Amino acid sequence: MTLFELFSVPFMQRALIAAFLVGIAAPAVGTYIVQRRLALMGDGIGHVAVTGVAIGLWTQTSPTWTAVIVAIAGAVVIEIVRERGHAEGDVALAMLFYGGLAGGVFVTGLAGTGASRLQEFLFGSILTISVNDLLVTMALSVVLIVICVGLSPQLFAVSQDPDYAKVAGLPVRFYSILVAVLAALSVVIAMRTVGLLLVSALMVVPVAIVQQLTRSFRMTLLGAMGAGLAASVGGLVLAAALSRTGANVQPGPSIVLVALAGFFLVWPIGAWLRRRRALVAPFPETSPEEKPVDEAHPHHHGEKCGHVAVEHGDHVDYIHDGHRHAAHVGAEGEHYDEH
Amino acid sequence: MSKPRSTVPADVPVQLLHGDVALSGRPVLREVDLTVNRGEFVALMGANGSGKSTLVRTLVGLNPLSTGRLELFGRSLSGFHDWSRIGYVPQRSTATGGVPASVWEVVASGRLTHRKLLRPLRSADRAAIRAALDVVGMGAYAHRGVAQLSGGQHQRVLIARALAGRPELLLLDEPTAGVDLPNQQALAGALRRLKDDGATIVLVAHELGPLAPLVDRAVVMRDGRKAYDGPPLTDADVHAQGFDAGHVHCDTGLGTAGSTSAASAAVPTPLKEL
Ligand SMILES: Nc1ncnc2c1ncn2[C@@H]1O[C@H](COP(=O)(O)OP(=O)(O)OP(=O)(O)O)[C@@H](O)[C@H]1O
Ligand SMILES: [Mg+2]
Ligand SMILES: [Zn+2]
Ligand SMILES: [Zn+2]
Ligand SMILES: [Zn+2]
Repeated sequence: MTLFELFSVPFMQRALIAAFLVGIAAPAVGTYIVQRRLALMGDGIGHVAVTGVAIGLWTQTSPTWTAVIVAIAGAVVIEIVRERGHAEGDVALAMLFYGGLAGGVFVTGLAGTGASRLQEFLFGSILTISVNDLLVTMALSVVLIVICVGLSPQLFAVSQDPDYAKVAGLPVRFYSILVAVLAALSVVIAMRTVGLLLVSALMVVPVAIVQQLTRSFRMTLLGAMGAGLAASVGGLVLAAALSRTGANVQPGPSIVLVALAGFFLVWPIGAWLRRRRALVAPFPETSPEEKPVDEAHPHHHGEKCGHVAVEHGDHVDYIHDGHRHAAHVGAEGEHYDEH
Repeated sequence: MSKPRSTVPADVPVQLLHGDVALSGRPVLREVDLTVNRGEFVALMGANGSGKSTLVRTLVGLNPLSTGRLELFGRSLSGFHDWSRIGYVPQRSTATGGVPASVWEVVASGRLTHRKLLRPLRSADRAAIRAALDVVGMGAYAHRGVAQLSGGQHQRVLIARALAGRPELLLLDEPTAGVDLPNQQALAGALRRLKDDGATIVLVAHELGPLAPLVDRAVVMRDGRKAYDGPPLTDADVHAQGFDAGHVHCDTGLGTAGSTSAASAAVPTPLKEL
């Protein structure tokens, strides 16, 4: 079976659609989570959702919907603890995480369904996603994407400077809880793709990849959605390709590894770009001292000389060997000043 | 201001009556009365910890009153929804978020009070953002990340954010701290234009510098109470009266260059304690 044939199988097509949408939606929410410096919030919600899934398995209702309810409840509790800013908040959150995971495993035991069923949710099982689950995933993904992009001016302001947002008349509390609820929903839709234990990676790593390159929030948001899409679909294809060789690679871990690989690939580019930007940023406009340089210049600094040219008030400085040189016409002809 | 509340004209921008504020249970402001009339430029002064920021934050609704009553433009705080009429420059930038944000985006959030949900920026919004950036001399930095700015540049971005909303009542908490003299002068020019357009301004400052000629009235806080409310004071007056006790004053640098000229310009006024 070729790779192309593999993707003509219905379960593989369902997996692709899910990977595509979740890959866009999870990093969109993740951008706001990272902006609030809550990168581990997704992890916390993921742990709490384990209990939700277990309750669903135990009561033989849909694990997706019980997970939605428990994850939202957990996310709101996390947000309230955070808002209160208690010193013990940290510990309270940690206990919530442990409780969620332990509770989930415990309830699964009560249900007697065994660990294998829970495994599907812990590490993802995108290949077994049912048509119903796919429809829920599609609907929720679209809602998440629309809210994250449509309300981005408001959500940005609330996360960037809550006090200012309040003076601008925004319902800060409502938006903060909205972000928590969005995070809970993205955990649930991503649990089938990458699993509850790795959910946070799909929300956070794409943001970490693009923010090495970007300077604006908007570009970070859109870039993270693109990077998440690439990692998600790329990881799925990688897992499928490897499965043809007889290996049994789950898509969840391979998606996360592809995303991490992306991070390390982009890292040197980001470092170069930051250096480049720092170099070409204009110098503040001041009237500089005249300090002629003795060193002989084998060429005239100019547009094509290859040295970095930086604006400096009414003239241009050329940077080489850690010096800033500007052409200056004095009484005895042209020379270069050190700025 | 002994007028009964009901006859206060609807357009008094700020009216605080017997305001008490407690922060984490600790009483910080006590029995503060403050009325700011339309078009007034009030300088709020006092030592570190005297409650200036707490007062300003209370006036914009960030600190709840434990007792007392606050009205903005004639409406009690709970019934006030016209936030586009108010601009606020916080003291010190609250740390930036965990994701890059450009100068333009931060200033653009100053237009949120004028925007409807799910609508893109209109050209009027863009013009206001650009104008505000130019006023603080940050036009060339619009697409730079805020995390890469110096402290004074960041402060200027926060001023631009408040100016972008074209507020009728502008509250600035030490906007010139860390801002160099030419940019303080530019800010003074912008505030003068706002004032000429009828805006009301409340400004917290230790050194008025180039802003001194704009001031109509000074309010001095001491230990959470209003210690003085009257004609403008020079920096020297504030010290002489001991309002500023405990304030370690640094008489060097650019700030003084501005305030000495202001001191000679202002007419010394008899002080009366309230
Ligand atoms: N969150 C808080 N909880 C408890 N007390 C606080 C809090 N914030 C400030 N205070 C106290 O309130 C008092 C007034 O503080 P405030 O920030 O209003 O002073 P300020 O006049 O603005 O001083 P500065 O000149 O340093 O800006 C101080 O004594 C301070 O210790
Ligand atoms: Mg203060
Ligand atoms: Zn050169
Ligand atoms: Zn130069
Ligand atoms: Zn040179």
